[in-house]
Amino acid sequence: MQTADAIIIGGGMVGAAIAYGLRSRGLDTLMLDEGDVAFRAARGNFGLVWVQSKGIDCPEYAAWTRRSADLWPDFAAEMADLTGIDLQHERPGGLHVCLSEDEFETRRGQMMRLHNHAAGAFPFEMLDRQALASRLKGLGPDVVGGSFSPLDGHANPLHLWRALHTGYQARGGRTRTEARVTDITWRHGTYRLATTAGPIEAPKVVIAAGLGTKPLAAMLGLAAPINPLRGQILVTERAEPFLDLPLTWVRQTGEGSIMMGDSHEDVGFDDGTRWDVLAGIADRARRIFPFLEGARIVRAWGALRPYSPDGLPVYDRPPEGDGAFVASVHSGVTLAAIHAGPLAAAIADGQLPDDVSVLKAARFHVH
Amino acid sequence: MFIDIDDAAKGPDVTFHFEGRPITTRAGISVAAALLAAGETATRDTPVSGQARGAYCLMGACFECLVEIDGVPNQQGCMVNVRDGMVVRRQRGAAVVGP
Ligand SMILES: Cc1cc2nc3c(=O)[nH]c(=O)nc-3n(C[C@H](O)[C@H](O)[C@H](O)COP(=O)(O)OP(=O)(O)OC[C@H]3O[C@@H](n4cnc5c(N)ncnc54)[C@H](O)[C@@H]3O)c2cc1C
Ligand code: FES
Repeated sequence: MQTADAIIIGGGMVGAAIAYGLRSRGLDTLMLDEGDVAFRAARGNFGLVWVQSKGIDCPEYAAWTRRSADLWPDFAAEMADLTGIDLQHERPGGLHVCLSEDEFETRRGQMMRLHNHAAGAFPFEMLDRQALASRLKGLGPDVVGGSFSPLDGHANPLHLWRALHTGYQARGGRTRTEARVTDITWRHGTYRLATTAGPIEAPKVVIAAGLGTKPLAAMLGLAAPINPLRGQILVTERAEPFLDLPLTWVRQTGEGSIMMGDSHEDVGFDDGTRWDVLAGIADRARRIFPFLEGARIVRAWGALRPYSPDGLPVYDRPPEGDGAFVASVHSGVTLAAIHAGPLAAAIADGQLPDDVSVLKAARFHVH
Repeated sequence: MFIDIDDAAKGPDVTFHFEGRPITTRAGISVAAALLAAGETATRDTPVSGQARGAYCLMGACFECLVEIDGVPNQQGCMVNVRDGMVVRRQRGAAVVGP
């Protein structure tokens, strides 16, 4: 029987960050991943390290997100030192562009709520069309303005994912792929896992399996309603740099590709694409920057976000035993720094951070 | 070195230009194949490192074969058939898309 101090179920964006953090704190860790058949948001996301719009009505989540964005520069430097992989993290601030007066006023209200809950820690500006036009060239006639926050940024999510795995292994962390967990039981202080790679035991287990989380958490008595929410993305040919900060729906990568996103579709476990949705995404990008019409699209895809009913993370401890943790978020890039740092530190100590106590799954259950 | 092994399947002679050099080949093959047959193995410079690259997978997957065709940048040479009079240039770095 294989054993470890801690087993992390899931080698996606969340599991790999927590595994890296636990291993960095000296635990003997084993990370299990289902393999390439899995739905993997880690492989298909947009790469924003994004603060504005996160936790508009949940100050704890907003603060947690801000803290992760603040940790990102040091985290990216640590990853580059350890692995030689450049996460291409930049924090020039980010823009959300509004295409109607209604959108602009709604946005202003949301930004004010975030600001009021944050006691000055959420700087932002509402920019009218003229102010925006002095910042961005080539805006389309439909653009009425937007919100800017200096806290936002972006990174290369594939480099992030690879660096987490490379860094984890460089520090001696163990990984098993093609190891799908099919059952978990708890007895006498030990979790026993049945997997497609054989049985494994450990006193601590972290369930961070993205869309595999719900059934696994249920095995330990926790109802964690994490379901798929599809997003589609378009990517263009590489272009000379023209955009030096990310927008919610358009960003230019470190290599010059232009990414356009994304959709929010409740279509179950279907990670395909649809022409009408892709056309809508392209059209919105073109309304912001009409010159994008001349850019060649080279790829498009759909990917599934692990999503909770209120769109907020779930951090919880299942009732079976005292060493199990569940972590599922739909902003795994943004939160990678705080997962690898403070969250992993707390889990190593056998706790969840107090800051996220409102993010337990109990909030979904009517008593 | 690339040697033509399927002569029978191809059409009439066509002439296109690569970087100003006229290349005569047969209709029915791709720009990338025609360039390889003419000894042009490096047909772009990557926008990331500036390295010279050329066609690799010949089936539309790798994007190593990018060239400028008749003034339009970043075309996959392996996905476009040669035509008489076509003007093909190296893809040098990224396209210009901005405002
Ligand atoms: C279109 C789109 C755009 C996005 N844009 C952004 C963005 O701009 N910024 C941002 O911060 N976030 C973004 N995200 C979200 C981000 O990608 C996810 O939050 C993150 O990937 C979730 O990480 P995860 O580890 O929970 O899940 P995943 O990354 O999906 O990984 C789950 C892993 O668990 C494994 N697994 C599942 N079941 C089992 C099992 N039973 N046994 C063993 N292993 C198992 C799978 O093999 C998989 O590798 C986006 C997502 C999508 C889809
Ligand atoms: S050679 Fe691979 S896409 Fe053309």
